[in-house]
Amino acid sequence: MHNNDSKTVFGFWVYLMTDCVLFASLFVTYAVLHGNTFGGPGAAELFSLPFVLGETLILLTSSFTAGLAMLAAHAGRPRQVLAWFAVTFLLGVAFLTMEVTEFSKLAHEGNSWQRSGFLSAFFTLVGTHGLHITSGLIWMGIMMTKVVRGGLAPNTLRRLTLLSMFWHFLDIIWIFIFTIVYLMGAAS
Amino acid sequence: MKILGNLTFDALKHDGITGLTVNAMLIGAPIAFILLVAGLTYFKRWPTAIGFVKWLWKNWLTSLDPKKIGVMYLVTAFAMLLRGVADAAMMRAQQATSVGSSHGIVSSDTFQQVFTAHGTIMIFFVAMGLMFGIINLVLPLQIGARDVAFPFMNSASFWLYVAGTVLINLSLVVGQLAATGWLAYPPLSELAYSPGVGVDYWIWSLQIAGIGSMLSGINFLVTILKMRRPGMTLMKMPMFTWSVLNAMVLVAFAFPILTATLAMLALDRTLGMHFFTAGAGGNAMMYVNLIWAWGHPEVYILVLPAFGIFSEVVATYSHKRLFGYTSMVWALGAITFLSFIVWLHHFFTMGAGADVNTFFGIMTAVIAVPTGVKVFNWLFTMYRGRVVFATPMLWFLGFVVTFTIGGMTGVLMSVPAIDFQVHNTLFLVAHFHNMIIGGVVFGYFAGITYWWPKIFGFKLNERLGRYAFWCWFTGFLLAFIPLYILGLMGAARRLDHYDASMGWQWLFIVSGVGVLFISAGIGFQILQLAYSVWKRKENRDTTGDPWNGRTLEWSVPSPAPYYNFAVLSPVTERDPFWEAKQKAGSDRPAKQKYEDFEMPKNSPMGMFIAAFAFIFGFAVIWHIWWLVPLALLAVITTIAIRTLDDHSEYTVTAAEVEELEASHAQ
Repeated sequence: MHNNDSKTVFGFWVYLMTDCVLFASLFVTYAVLHGNTFGGPGAAELFSLPFVLGETLILLTSSFTAGLAMLAAHAGRPRQVLAWFAVTFLLGVAFLTMEVTEFSKLAHEGNSWQRSGFLSAFFTLVGTHGLHITSGLIWMGIMMTKVVRGGLAPNTLRRLTLLSMFWHFLDIIWIFIFTIVYLMGAAS
Repeated sequence: MKILGNLTFDALKHDGITGLTVNAMLIGAPIAFILLVAGLTYFKRWPTAIGFVKWLWKNWLTSLDPKKIGVMYLVTAFAMLLRGVADAAMMRAQQATSVGSSHGIVSSDTFQQVFTAHGTIMIFFVAMGLMFGIINLVLPLQIGARDVAFPFMNSASFWLYVAGTVLINLSLVVGQLAATGWLAYPPLSELAYSPGVGVDYWIWSLQIAGIGSMLSGINFLVTILKMRRPGMTLMKMPMFTWSVLNAMVLVAFAFPILTATLAMLALDRTLGMHFFTAGAGGNAMMYVNLIWAWGHPEVYILVLPAFGIFSEVVATYSHKRLFGYTSMVWALGAITFLSFIVWLHHFFTMGAGADVNTFFGIMTAVIAVPTGVKVFNWLFTMYRGRVVFATPMLWFLGFVVTFTIGGMTGVLMSVPAIDFQVHNTLFLVAHFHNMIIGGVVFGYFAGITYWWPKIFGFKLNERLGRYAFWCWFTGFLLAFIPLYILGLMGAARRLDHYDASMGWQWLFIVSGVGVLFISAGIGFQILQLAYSVWKRKENRDTTGDPWNGRTLEWSVPSPAPYYNFAVLSPVTERDPFWEAKQKAGSDRPAKQKYEDFEMPKNSPMGMFIAAFAFIFGFAVIWHIWWLVPLALLAVITTIAIRTLDDHSEYTVTAAEVEELEASHAQ
């Protein structure tokens, strides 16, 4: 099985690179369209930096707790793994709730994805990240039941490794979103 | 709320030629089904029929063996080739007859759907299918592995490709296909100008098949980098493996762009976004950039494996090692890199400015250098070799002629000033058919003929193969040389009607005759297949090495056993099997020591994932909103069930292997 492990982990790295290209396409589109507000509000008027900073800190913390969970997994402590992933899960849900709140606030103020090219690009880029977080949460939920039932079998450990890679990857993507969409948007 | 979304009986109504075909199918299919059921009952053949379905299910549909998946790819792709050629024949018939007061055989709207279908199907469902088919059949064997890195994902990729195929063909019967051309440029492909379901069918069939291709790309990339036989360093890999490695790097980098682009077009059309719309801050040029940032590498994804096939074919039939191995590897690498920085040459006329056009023009011309290196290396491989002119070599020599013509017209068009003259004309159409037929298709045909005995255990008939080649080659020149001339005379592509005073008609007629020749070539290929199957006992490959081959796939019996290799002994040379034959008198050592190993069990889950993805696509196309989350949930659940299954493998024992190997040796 050790051979399988290295194949799967490497394969997942390649998958993450393809996902990176997918996000790159969305970033590039956002960069091209961010000025196309069609008479509507631009980034500086719409986004609240303190709110997004809160989101960012929550997601960064969740990446840290996911790292602690993996340390516990490699040390063979299933209870600690569950506890840290539970914290990670809750932080992920909190992040997602804040994002959905931001989205619905924008939509209610008449600034939905249909308003302009800029807003289409914004909702799609940030929303795609949100969808990834959602699938990460579903995956985390499944893995937690797996750990409850079967402990830290080698197969489970491998899947947890992939999950934590995925979670950290989403963190990195968010750093770019925070910088390019929100910080540069506020500065413009 | 309408339970079937926008889907009504009107979707089944069609006019003209499509109407006739569709009505024939709608009436014919139930009748055929009733006749089948009645026949089976009357002749009491139900047990046979059920037995057949069970056999199909167990040995093919649920198989995770890449050799079986490869064959299924080839079957699907060949069926799609027939549809694509039928579309081509309709286009040629239309353009040969629709002149002056005559308006040809189809309406403008049907004609637009036909050329969209032709391009889409030929690239995504023929060329991609043939490519992944051949890779599945050959690559694990060639690197001395028992399987691919992720056998289940491989099956899921294949079935996603099938789901895309079914979806795009379904558009012929239920609804219509896009009338936008094969890349569906906005704003034409936006809801405002294409309100029907045609573009949605186009989006979702490509999206589903494209995700399958992306997963295949990851799979084969990992297979090549992680599963090679011990001792097979990168610079000892066979050239086909090198070409696939490069093509898969391109898949991994290019296909996510396609996924994102199609998703954005879908969001525009379905959720009212404004990425590429004409108003509200959309930017249609963004789409054209993105689609070609995928589309140009795609050309090389298709042609690099063909280069790899020719490298194997030429070396084998010349009985010499490949000339300039190292330069071949670097040429592949250079093409792979350059293919990402030339996409803008597809739209020099869009107005990016002289500096940008100059950069992309030069980069495009530069690609001809590594490609030229490859052509010369193949020719030098033949030089002073003992060349056998078998059918695969004929395809190669045909390729050298057609591909070189195509390459030269390509360099011609890399000059922006010239491109402005021939942009969007039949000159361009002739150029890329030179590359795709003369390069890609000829290469895949050579590969299929070459590796056929390894897969099926018997050789294809040579005489009929030669007839097929000459028909294809002659037909190709007849069909496309006139298009170069027409393009220079100013004939735009995708015209469904023109004035008699243009003086174009005779050239279009010659081109139509070319399609007849190509059709005859396909006819000979079908005949070749049928005749070879019939005479398979006489053409059986008993040695496992019918062509005096060089690489590992020829060291095992034909057809290859399901585990490929009984023993994974290390290799030390570049052409390991050839070197082993030179050193020892006998091909294989007398006594082998076998060990237990794991193989994946069959699984229908890949098929289920694709089936649910198909339902998802269909539901989005027709706005059947209640079904969309259900189908998505089904996809996720199926993936979860499968990936959490810890018992997906079984052990093949040393005793079983010994018994099977002994039976082959007899």
